Amino acid sequence: MSKSTNQNTPYRPVEPWVNKYRPKTVDEVSHQDEVVKALKRSLETGNLPHLLFYGPPGTGKTSTILAVAMDLFGPELYKDRVLELNASDERGIEVVRTKIKNFASFSVSQNNTLTNGKPAAAFKLIVLDEADSMTHDAQAALRRIIEYTSKTTRFCLLCNYITRIIEPLSSRCAKFRFKSLNDTAMIERLRYIASSESMPPVKDEVYQAIHAVSDGDLRKAITYLQSSYRFYGSRELTPDNIYNISGTVPPKLIETLINTCKSNSYDKLQSNLQQLVTKGYPASQILVQIFDQVTNHKSFSDKQKALIAMKIGDVDRNLVDGSEEFLQLFDTVSFIMKQLSDNSNNNNNNNNRMDLD
Amino acid sequence: MLWIDKYKPTSLDQMDYHKDISENLKNMILGGDFPHLLVYGPSGAGKKTRVMATLKEIYGANCLKVKIENKTFKHPSSSKSIQVTTVSSPYHIEINPGEAGSYDRLVIQSIIKDIAQSPPIDSQSFVVILNEVDKLSKDAQHALRRTMEKYANFCRLILCCDSTSKVIDPIRSRCMGIRVPAPTKEEIVKVLQNVAKKERFDLSAEVAGHFAERSNGNLRYALLLLESKKTKEYPFQTNELPLLDWESAIFNVANDMITEQSPARLQVIRGKLYELIGHCIPPDIIMKNLTFALLERIDTTIKYDIIHWAAFYEQNQYFTWKHSLPSLWQSLKSSKWNFNHNITST
Ligand SMILES: Nc1ncnc2c1ncn2[C@@H]1O[C@H](COP(=O)(O)OP(=O)(O)OP(=O)(O)O)[C@@H](O)[C@H]1O
Ligand SMILES: [Mg+2]
Repeated sequence: MSKSTNQNTPYRPVEPWVNKYRPKTVDEVSHQDEVVKALKRSLETGNLPHLLFYGPPGTGKTSTILAVAMDLFGPELYKDRVLELNASDERGIEVVRTKIKNFASFSVSQNNTLTNGKPAAAFKLIVLDEADSMTHDAQAALRRIIEYTSKTTRFCLLCNYITRIIEPLSSRCAKFRFKSLNDTAMIERLRYIASSESMPPVKDEVYQAIHAVSDGDLRKAITYLQSSYRFYGSRELTPDNIYNISGTVPPKLIETLINTCKSNSYDKLQSNLQQLVTKGYPASQILVQIFDQVTNHKSFSDKQKALIAMKIGDVDRNLVDGSEEFLQLFDTVSFIMKQLSDNSNNNNNNNNRMDLD
Repeated sequence: MLWIDKYKPTSLDQMDYHKDISENLKNMILGGDFPHLLVYGPSGAGKKTRVMATLKEIYGANCLKVKIENKTFKHPSSSKSIQVTTVSSPYHIEINPGEAGSYDRLVIQSIIKDIAQSPPIDSQSFVVILNEVDKLSKDAQHALRRTMEKYANFCRLILCCDSTSKVIDPIRSRCMGIRVPAPTKEEIVKVLQNVAKKERFDLSAEVAGHFAERSNGNLRYALLLLESKKTKEYPFQTNELPLLDWESAIFNVANDMITEQSPARLQVIRGKLYELIGHCIPPDIIMKNLTFALLERIDTTIKYDIIHWAAFYEQNQYFTWKHSLPSLWQSLKSSKWNFNHNITST
């Protein structure tokens, strides 16, 4: 039995790569060219509208606004001029009326110069990160404050879903959508990080696998890269390592499940599903992958695909609401089985088939 | 001391199965990087045991000397205070945020901010273990997002849950996921036989197999079952294990449903279901087992309907009996099988 690794030396984990490689300037932000261009123009003039950044997780919203703030105020004024509030802070209507209002209403000196010689911006910045988790009441209260403090204060709201921000608030801001990262942009950034960390060479197919499982979320991608590197030590990484780290079900297993749907045996279906669930794959993940495979499968007609997609949509919502996972999955796969058997019972099924292979 | 505690492995090397996960966890610790972890897998697969073994690998045996405290948290704006049980060592703290109910966000944030204010000795990193994160409110999950980034340097989170379906995407994207599959039947047999050897009694592979079969991959359950049978029914018979009381009660309900559909029978079934719920069998488990019991005995042509309505009513289980009663009688009139499905919605 080996002894424990670090009995005497204190254990200090290294900084996670996602933090270490957070863009320090807006130029470093990958793939959000329109946003960067527009922001740089306002940074040059030293003026800034109220901002609303929205888009999927891990696409650079928080990083961009932090970089903008650093550019405007430098490290010396940052603390005084920037108020950052996120979902971990109390942000009810009370806080909006007191803390935010107080910060917004004190005035700032007009002529500070930063150490780099640039004049500091003559306003303050309030960053409301994860703004979609604010209540509508709090948002409504914010709306008036924005109005009568706009001489001295800029607001920046960050969120994943713009629909969760009330219209009167979003209409006061310049809106910027952050895009999911495409494979080129994502892989370029990953390669940069891998070489800065002097990782052993990583195969192209591994980068492709990382892109495939991270839904355009660069933070996820960087975490997968770092975890798989640490988890599998000095061995050469394979796409399977990436699937494993990300909790993706091996595509073969989903294929088997879908083939079982053709067997017309509920017993087989039940035991096949049970196997998958005892391996620990979460229902939501299984569901997403069933969806992907069915939509790309040649043996389903377009109509069947549409019906199955609707079913999966319902089940997905039920899962979020907290339904029993096995029953929900069982319902889904039996539905697929029923679609398939209805089809084979249908005499003129060839007319329904639309596959053009 | 129960066998599940007595024979709990405390180091990664002692873990009997999933050797590959142990090996990889060790790699990770040696590499010096230890990201936030999201540990998930079926109940009783050994998630917590593995987490504690990992901590021991990092910090040494001292992290297993835990103290259990009741901590009180004050609500900032109201006079309410919230009590939560914490388990802690100098290196980690563990809580079940579910205990705090709708104040889970407050409790988690105060714990993490406390750590931030008095960073741990030797500026080592401190570990916060949160159990059952899938039951965390959305509010609390959102609150963790920036917290996990800001405090990452001295505070690592280990999040545990059965399934990540209810964990929001931004949290999943901040963690390294570790999936702990349920042990296979053979692996459970091996563990059971090891315990039998240490307790000095005979356990044939065949009998151990029955226990493993019944446990459905839940090792904790298998060990508890073995221990209770050992005290009551040793030496073991070689035939299969009888059903537990609640399991056969559900079987009976299925029988009742199949043999007769009438208002009188509905009353009987209702009584049995209330009794099950009274014995703290969770409604989703009742529904799942009832479905399986029905499926064993009915014609293939109606299997789909049964599965579908079971899933439908389980999802709507929050309806009370009163809510579902009118729809019950309605469906009773319209079709024989609908009647059965609706019964399950009580
Ligand atoms: N466009 C990008 N360019 C470079 N790095 C990025 C980009 N987007 C994300 N990253 C990396 O991912 C990490 C997280 O990004 P960030 O915090 O900006 O995401 P976000 O859009 O605010 O996500 P969320 O919606 O989850 O809050 C950063 O630390 C950085 O390492
Ligand atoms: Mg963010």
